[in-house]
Amino acid sequence: MPETARPVPFRGGGFRPVSKRGAGVVVFVLLLAVIEWGTRAGWISSLTLPRPSDVAATLVDLARSGLLWTHLAPSLTRLLVGSLLGVTAGIGVGILIGLFSYVRAGLIPLVAALFPIPKIALLPLFVIWFGIDEGSKYALIALGTFTPTVVATYGAVDNVDRTLVRMGQSFGLRWLSIVRKIVLPGALPGILSGLRVSIAIGIILLVAAEMLGAEYGIGAYILQAGSLYDLERLFAGVVILSSLGVVTSWAIGRLENWLLRWRS
Amino acid sequence: MELTVEKLTHRYGDVPVLQDINLHIPAGEILCVIGPSGCGKSTLLRMLGGLERPDAGQVLQRGSAPADCLNPLTFVFQDFALLPWRSVGGNISLVLEDHGIRGQAADTIICDVLARTKLGDFRDALPRQLSGGMKQRVAIARALAVNPAVMLLDEPLSALDAQTRELLMEDLIALWQRQPFTAVYVTHNLAEAVRLGHRIAVLSRRPGQVREVIEVDIPLSDRAPGDPHLEDLQSRLWQIMKDEAMAADQELLDA
Ligand SMILES: Nc1ncnc2c1ncn2[C@@H]1O[C@H](COP(=O)(O)OP(=O)(O)O)[C@@H](O)[C@H]1O
Ligand SMILES: [Mg+2]
Repeated sequence: MPETARPVPFRGGGFRPVSKRGAGVVVFVLLLAVIEWGTRAGWISSLTLPRPSDVAATLVDLARSGLLWTHLAPSLTRLLVGSLLGVTAGIGVGILIGLFSYVRAGLIPLVAALFPIPKIALLPLFVIWFGIDEGSKYALIALGTFTPTVVATYGAVDNVDRTLVRMGQSFGLRWLSIVRKIVLPGALPGILSGLRVSIAIGIILLVAAEMLGAEYGIGAYILQAGSLYDLERLFAGVVILSSLGVVTSWAIGRLENWLLRWRS
Repeated sequence: MELTVEKLTHRYGDVPVLQDINLHIPAGEILCVIGPSGCGKSTLLRMLGGLERPDAGQVLQRGSAPADCLNPLTFVFQDFALLPWRSVGGNISLVLEDHGIRGQAADTIICDVLARTKLGDFRDALPRQLSGGMKQRVAIARALAVNPAVMLLDEPLSALDAQTRELLMEDLIALWQRQPFTAVYVTHNLAEAVRLGHRIAVLSRRPGQVREVIEVDIPLSDRAPGDPHLEDLQSRLWQIMKDEAMAADQELLDA
């Protein structure tokens, strides 16, 4: 009996996410549309969720009155100064841990002890050390971004291909040249992906610090709205925060593409 | 410059890797080192180049390097060891920068070595854009750029396919004929050893000992693939190697 020919069934594919442009936007728009419909039709009570169109109107008002900038400017400054301090120190310490056995043995336990502390719990202490104003907020964000940066950086240095370091030595390169031309560029991908986590933590701490004591700032704005149970303004604040997250993550993505253009 | 290995012995922890190795590498000659995998060939080569310290014994260098030599003992690695973030030209300038060679002077050297390795058109390409054979040619160009007195090659062709290997072997022979260099060429491929070696040292399985050093007195230019003398020599080498390789294959890895 002649066998009938059948096509070999396909079993490959999958496990390889590719970027589908616009999918995220569709999910977003759909969700907003459902909420808008629900609040208008009445099966979502106005105490549960604000109407998206009202939140949008609040945002527009905020921008028109100039109040948006009044709150955004101090927040951005705090985030920038704090995370710049924390990330710079973190990369420096991470590289030292990656390169020197004694620094590694001495500092890894300390970093491990610092990492899980909810930094916000230290705010009262920071207020005493650095003052009630900007100082304590910078310190909080700096410490919060410092620890994840250290961990990401020394992990990245550890993962630099040792055969490249060996190659550098075999050509008689100076120690500093090996660090600067082989170890640092090799660790850069890991450092940059650590940066994403650090900045996200920085934003969380920024809001927390502003909620505990600030006149202006996105955190203060959300706190005021919350205590008045003004859902539109509360959600307007949340939208601003989300946008901040999206924008920083996009900026780091661009930075990666540019610095790591040798990758592919 | 010539190298002498004297009573070199080394162990990693409890595992003896090299035992009482004595070798002489005269100037202008290529010494091929063959042996079953894991017998300590790479370790021996790292010690020849000063990248690792032996437990006992020593490596001596005699004679001076040429005046314009920047790095007397220069490696070519099996996995190329190119910096992926630097272009072909940048990978070569890497080994010149520390000697203060920049700008015009560096340019002259880079153009010269790229021309010698037939890479003239690829100066601005990144390593990921190159085939395996081209990457190894870049690594060879980089080694030539420092004008080495001794080249230490660790299975430089093992990561390449057979056709590329043949082409690169001819390139290496041509380079040597243009300007004879001293070299230690580690390989586990007998065909490469009989084509390139003025002398061939056969190591035993781990712990590596020198089983035999065989001289090949046919000039490099007269050795073609399929030459009956070379085939004879190759099967002789295989007889020596066979028992070692089989025994090495039967050993438990960390016994
Ligand atoms: N840095 C190291 N530490 C411990 N063992 C090693 C190290 N390098 C090599 N070895 C061991 O020494 C033996 C010889 O290795 P190697 O010189 O790479 O052999 P080959 O190049 O001849 O294949 C192997 O068994 C390997 O596992
Ligand atoms: Mg090896």
